[in-house]
Amino acid sequence: MNVSIALAGNPNSGKTTVFNALTGGDQYVGNWAGVTVEKKTGHLKTDKAVHITDLPGIYALSPYSPEEIVSHDFLMGKSGEKPDVILDIVDASNIERNLYLTTQLAQTGIPIILVLNMMDLVNRHGDKLDAAKLGEALGVPIFEASALHEQGLAEAAKRAVEIGSVSHKPYHERIHVEFSETTAKALEAIKAVAGANMPKTRPAIHFAIDLFERTASAQSELGLSGLQMESIEKIISDAEKALGDDSESIIAKERYDYIAKVLSTCYQKSDRESFSDKIDRFVTNKYLAIPIFAVVMFLVYYISVATIGAIGTNWVNDVLFGEWVPAAVGDALTAVSAAPWLHSLIVDGIIAGVGAVLGFLPQMAVLFLLLSLLEDCGYMSRIAFILDRVFRKFGLSGKSFIPFLVSTGCGVPGIMAARPIEDESQRRITIISTTFMPCSAKLPIIAMIAGGLFGNSAWVAFSAYLAGIAAIILSGLILKGFKKLKVSEMPFVMELPSYHAPRLKNIFRHTWNQLKAFIIKAGTIIFAASVLIWLLSNFGFNDGSFGMVDSEHSILSYIGRVVAPLFIPLGFGTWQMAVASITGIAAKENVVSTLSVLFSAGQGGIDTILSSHLTAPAAYSFLLFNLLCAPCFAAIGAVRREMNSTKWTLFALLYQTAFAYVVSLLVYNIWRLI
Amino acid sequence: MKTLDGVRVGKRAAVTKILGEGALKRHILDMGITKGTVIEVRKAAPFGDPIQVNVRGFELMLRKEDAKIIAVEMV
Repeated sequence: MNVSIALAGNPNSGKTTVFNALTGGDQYVGNWAGVTVEKKTGHLKTDKAVHITDLPGIYALSPYSPEEIVSHDFLMGKSGEKPDVILDIVDASNIERNLYLTTQLAQTGIPIILVLNMMDLVNRHGDKLDAAKLGEALGVPIFEASALHEQGLAEAAKRAVEIGSVSHKPYHERIHVEFSETTAKALEAIKAVAGANMPKTRPAIHFAIDLFERTASAQSELGLSGLQMESIEKIISDAEKALGDDSESIIAKERYDYIAKVLSTCYQKSDRESFSDKIDRFVTNKYLAIPIFAVVMFLVYYISVATIGAIGTNWVNDVLFGEWVPAAVGDALTAVSAAPWLHSLIVDGIIAGVGAVLGFLPQMAVLFLLLSLLEDCGYMSRIAFILDRVFRKFGLSGKSFIPFLVSTGCGVPGIMAARPIEDESQRRITIISTTFMPCSAKLPIIAMIAGGLFGNSAWVAFSAYLAGIAAIILSGLILKGFKKLKVSEMPFVMELPSYHAPRLKNIFRHTWNQLKAFIIKAGTIIFAASVLIWLLSNFGFNDGSFGMVDSEHSILSYIGRVVAPLFIPLGFGTWQMAVASITGIAAKENVVSTLSVLFSAGQGGIDTILSSHLTAPAAYSFLLFNLLCAPCFAAIGAVRREMNSTKWTLFALLYQTAFAYVVSLLVYNIWRLI
Repeated sequence: MKTLDGVRVGKRAAVTKILGEGALKRHILDMGITKGTVIEVRKAAPFGDPIQVNVRGFELMLRKEDAKIIAVEMV
């Protein structure tokens, strides 16, 4: 029999571990419709008919953050079938606040089973929690579990399936939050006024509380008359006067009061300083925080950009897809005497395209491992704490630092590294601006310009990084002015979770899921774009017939001729420079090689040819434009994947290109004047 | 009226009211900062803001600007 279980719980409650333990490898990672909130679904590994949906980590079911809204809607059955049962994962080491969500889940009318997670932490800290008593006081089945002991979990799941398969499920009203007399009376009075309007899909008390809190969606859902609304408003304001507080505050306070009362019978907290406090004495210390942060960032950079990650990616790009595969496939094609165009399509188009996708994987794997390590152990939140003051001025999060740092190696993992930023606007601004940092593929362009026109002066490279940083800061200030990018969709009131040893199994699974999603979502775009660019740069009309041509007659060169005039105000309005910029969108490495081909330069000769083709201001303007304009296809694919929206992706590209254009225009023309 | 942003590091204060409305207020309530709750200000970030407080046994960070809507009295 099909049973649908919803997994709910606070962030950092160990929900992911539970989900992994219950589903094994059988899980699917996607997005909730219309938002960038991750949605994970899977099947119970012991029973494929049991469907499990992992809700995002939430503190409440309030209608504000996207995570809370999708969870709320899912539990209300607004996005399909209502789940049959909720497995509520409660972090026992932070029980008061975790049970707050439980009191809200209870009101959905869906049966609840509590899983007390992290009991080992509770015991180690010297706290005392009597699980059986807690279950009794709340009136729900309760199971103890810890990340190490999956025993309790299996039992909880078994019970969930039993309860979930009962076809006629009476309202599960066993968790009765005891409100104060005044509030309880007001809720009853609201039920009396609006009871007839309340559908039987969930308990009347749930509607009554929503109305008491003046939740707009409940008011409209019930279709209350003006008269009803009036008498309800009277009930609410009377209660507010009697209790000296507003209705929202009253409900929140009384939920917590109820929890405190329940816990007083079964829970004792010790006064010992926690392990996390001890660590934080150093990690977020006034003087040590920044040096420690610098060391951690250096390690992230060193491992993912300077060594292991880059070595892996270079190997896949230069050796595997640069030599081995093309050579092997090329030989095979020659052996069967394939037509030249087919040969080129397969080797230069398809293999290069596949290589462009897979080439990023080693570096991304390393980066994702590091990121989930930082996130899982609790340090990521400390980064936000330490740097918020500086970064929020530019519409960014303290966590934006990592994407910017990683982007100096490669923008693709840099864009993916924006994932942990909670605030949607801050995340979007980070994604849009992070590729302004000169990545390693842009270094040859810098070297070419520095060598050709500035006598290899070191300030060219230095100024490129400076320009990247300035572009990020400036863009933060500009973008934060856009209405849709107004910061603080989500208030910066965040938990600093307890530190704990990273759970390697989770980290590896998370990394694997991210890579898989990247290949599917971003890979298709990257691949298609690579093949398209191959087509445009190898085909065209020559002597009146269409076919393979050299680059001077390709379709791309004609596109270059059409757009070249646009670059005249920037100082480099020739078709060669235009074509180079376009191929730069396929991959920034292409800029130099394209120019070499178009100017028929011999080995290493492009620098000198450029110096006769461009003036110094024009060359620098060309450099700036190529550093700042739309990133390569791989990065665009990553943007698409991370924004989960074509509209936002187009906005990002448009913004970046317009920004690059204006900057180059200004620099070129001002430089010419002085 | 004293608000949480004005409480010195190491001091404790009891919440008297959450001012304002909307997402910020609701989130603060949801996190367990309700009337009567005792909050301990643990530390300020290296650049002076945000601050870290202990409430109901867990650590919470919030900006001083947001802490202004939490009215408190010293205990």
